[in-house]
Amino acid sequence: MSRKYDITIGIECHVQLKTKTKLFSEVDNDARGKEPNSCVSPVDYALPGMLPRLNGEAVKLAIRAGAAMNAKINPESRFDRKHYFYPDSPKGYQITQFYHPIVGEGYIELPSGKKIRIENAHLEGDAGKLTHFDTYSLVDLNRVDTPLLEIVSMPDISSPEEARDYCKELWRNMIYAGVTNGDLYNGNMRFDVNISLKKPGDKKLGTRAEIKNLNSFRSIERAAAYEYERQSKLLDKGEKVVQETRGWSDATGVTTAQRNKEEAQDYRYMPEPDLPPLSLSREFIDTEYGKCPDLPADYRTRFAKMISVDTLEVLLDYPELAIRLAEIANSDQLMVDYIANLFASVLLAEENQSLLNDALPSASQLIELATMKSKNELSSTSAKEVFIKLFESKHASKTPSSLAKELNLIQENDSGALEAIVDAVLAKPETAKAQADYKAGQEKVLGFLVGQVMKESRGKANPSAVSAILQNKLK
Amino acid sequence: MKLANSTTTAVSLIKASLKRIEETNDWHIFTFVDKDAAIKKAEEIDAKIKKGEPVGRLAGVPYALKANFLSKHRPADASAKILTEFISPIDSTTAEKLEKEGAICVGCVNLDAFAHGSSTENSYYGPTKNSADRSRVAGGSSGGSAVAVALDCVQFATGSDTGGSIRQPASFNGVYGIKPTYGTISRYGVVAMASSLDVIGFFTKSASDLDLLMSITAGQDSKDQTTLPDFYGKDDTQLTKKCIGYVKEFMNSPALDPEIKSALESKLTSLHSMGYETVELSMPTLEYALAAYYIIQPAEVASNLSRYDGVRYGFRSGDLKATDNKTSIDLLFENTRSEGFMRENKRRIMIGNFVLSSGFYDAFFLKAAKARTLIINEFDKAFERVDAILSPVSPNPAFKLGEKVDDPVSMYLEDVMSVPVNLAGLPAVAFPAGKNKAGLPLGLQIIGPRRSDKNLIKITEELV
Repeated sequence: MSRKYDITIGIECHVQLKTKTKLFSEVDNDARGKEPNSCVSPVDYALPGMLPRLNGEAVKLAIRAGAAMNAKINPESRFDRKHYFYPDSPKGYQITQFYHPIVGEGYIELPSGKKIRIENAHLEGDAGKLTHFDTYSLVDLNRVDTPLLEIVSMPDISSPEEARDYCKELWRNMIYAGVTNGDLYNGNMRFDVNISLKKPGDKKLGTRAEIKNLNSFRSIERAAAYEYERQSKLLDKGEKVVQETRGWSDATGVTTAQRNKEEAQDYRYMPEPDLPPLSLSREFIDTEYGKCPDLPADYRTRFAKMISVDTLEVLLDYPELAIRLAEIANSDQLMVDYIANLFASVLLAEENQSLLNDALPSASQLIELATMKSKNELSSTSAKEVFIKLFESKHASKTPSSLAKELNLIQENDSGALEAIVDAVLAKPETAKAQADYKAGQEKVLGFLVGQVMKESRGKANPSAVSAILQNKLK
Repeated sequence: MKLANSTTTAVSLIKASLKRIEETNDWHIFTFVDKDAAIKKAEEIDAKIKKGEPVGRLAGVPYALKANFLSKHRPADASAKILTEFISPIDSTTAEKLEKEGAICVGCVNLDAFAHGSSTENSYYGPTKNSADRSRVAGGSSGGSAVAVALDCVQFATGSDTGGSIRQPASFNGVYGIKPTYGTISRYGVVAMASSLDVIGFFTKSASDLDLLMSITAGQDSKDQTTLPDFYGKDDTQLTKKCIGYVKEFMNSPALDPEIKSALESKLTSLHSMGYETVELSMPTLEYALAAYYIIQPAEVASNLSRYDGVRYGFRSGDLKATDNKTSIDLLFENTRSEGFMRENKRRIMIGNFVLSSGFYDAFFLKAAKARTLIINEFDKAFERVDAILSPVSPNPAFKLGEKVDDPVSMYLEDVMSVPVNLAGLPAVAFPAGKNKAGLPLGLQIIGPRRSDKNLIKITEELV
């Protein structure tokens, strides 16, 4: 789609790290389903005399996330205080890494092959949650100082679709790296999209607006597209875009101004004197960097000749499927395509998605299933049935062949046995007319006869073998 | 220290302490007396002694906590209105260690609110008076601690020193005070003033008592990540040059009281006779210490005081009527802080936020941080030549109550010889050096390289 103006987009993403405890205290970091203000230590509550203690696990996850962005890790990083008064910030400041972030420059490679550069990523504490009512507000500090990694991209993104692709690929990389639960609905990753327009050929970037707190790929794309329309209308009329923060509403499909620059806060950044500089040895960095598992890009290379691009892109949203396919590829590459298609067309079908909560069948189960299918021991319908049943806990430990036998789904391939069944069917008076019609040139009726044989075999006959035998006999 | 044992009971020590506290009521030292709990703990210790059980290195010793040390059952409000009625759910690491050795806290003592001040006049509860002259200031911010020890209410008291808050009141009241190397004693559970400068220390009546308290409380604490690995009594910086320096710029300062100058000169003579070489040091960078200090300190103060907003604990303003321009949450912050902070607190918050604000950070905060580095380097260079530096604590003895209240700059100038030590994170011991003609105590300090705390105490012991 060609556009009148060039779009420039940079994205900041806040990733909640899945540490056991909070960034600066020893209380539970997982407040899901817990009472408000029940996961709060005196440190998070900002009592007098409390000092932050940096959670080493968060540092390790930040390094691993850095590896998932092909980024360099800074051996020395520091913490700073960012000040603002609001009841969601008990200390009156957020501890962040403004001047010396832990993760340096890196990049995310999109499926298209385009690289979006990362400027830096830094550790910081999350804020609490406020719920507003008519005459009062409630404060829940459970989320205070949940570790966040804020990932700042360079303004390398040039369309709403690309913004969506970047966010999705970043999300995938973070869940593959295992640094976050990645539950977008619950705010595990939140995106701020900075967008500006300029005339093609102009060197200078236009004035940008920032759309804050987006948490779905669809809303990122829609909001960016809306901003393009809004800003281009202003520019068409010769008006100026105001630098400001805007909010997006999924319901109305528009962005609205939240606060403009005149009211922008002065955060009075200052080095955090309660935390010494974070010095990491080369060895420590290398060890944690090395713990980053294979990423979507690795699987794309790996499966390039085995799985179609469209199917693969669908599967790559689920790291456990990619990992299973890689295990399968290690022992039998020929089975990968069939199993990938089972995943894509059966497992990810709307009606079966709940199976993703159950244990995935093992590589050896899947290979056996695919082998039975390729040897025509199972019809494709039966193979799907066995596949789905393997997710049930009562069947999970069975081999596909024993399960297929139990379900009476093994396909009859023995030609002698099949001929006997065909003969029996042809001997039946009710098939006489069809036989005559076929011999008279009406080839369509063959399907009816195959169906009769399948019925006689109670579904276990291999239909293509039956068809061949029938054709031969009715010559 | 006078310990409880088979002949002296802990109860008798505590009762004597409580009696003395009552007798010295006019000095306005204590903000809270913990009578019942102190006697109960003394009885427990006496029972243990009777049974022959171990009772610790401070058994039955009455002590006072500066009221910015948090305690589970004592009001530790840092003499600040905004923290009145706040009771902490935790104990400070320091108090925990002291109590474990059998020390008994008889109460909390006065300070300038949030330790902002050099006279204890900035306390919400009013000033503590000088032990030798009730018309004069106790010094500050740990004025209550110094006077409590000077007047024998307790055998020792805790303090915190950000720019001289232990050494200056110690010298105004003729007692010993230690400002340890930055990071020696955990700051956990002490209301923060300026985190990169704050240290925890003690007031005593002898150098050896300082050593005992340091050996009990020094050490790394996982709750304070700025604490150093354990070194006290294990990995101390040795002082072997047999050479003590004094700072030319301090000695020649027109602000220096002549009687303090001659007290220092007489100590230099004693050092000489003890076999030490004494040398004059030129340390021109120290001139910038006070300016750098009054940028870095207020910046950290402003930041550390941000948490007092009336939302979660402490004082909250009742005046929250929203207007057209102001939401009730803005009013909650503004009115709580306007009413809850003292004038000096607000002054420092204003200065601190100014030097951190966008456009001024580089010109002020960053510049001060660079000056701080130069000061550190100048001290390091001096310690290549000398073991330690002998210096006045402050240029003058205790001034009159009210004399400097309306002149904050002249009040700040009293810190000129104490703040360089905090900026550089060095240890210093303040010790009594006689009295002036008017009978006011005079004090000096000996400053050493980082982690020389124990050996500084040793030199002090030899010198006094």
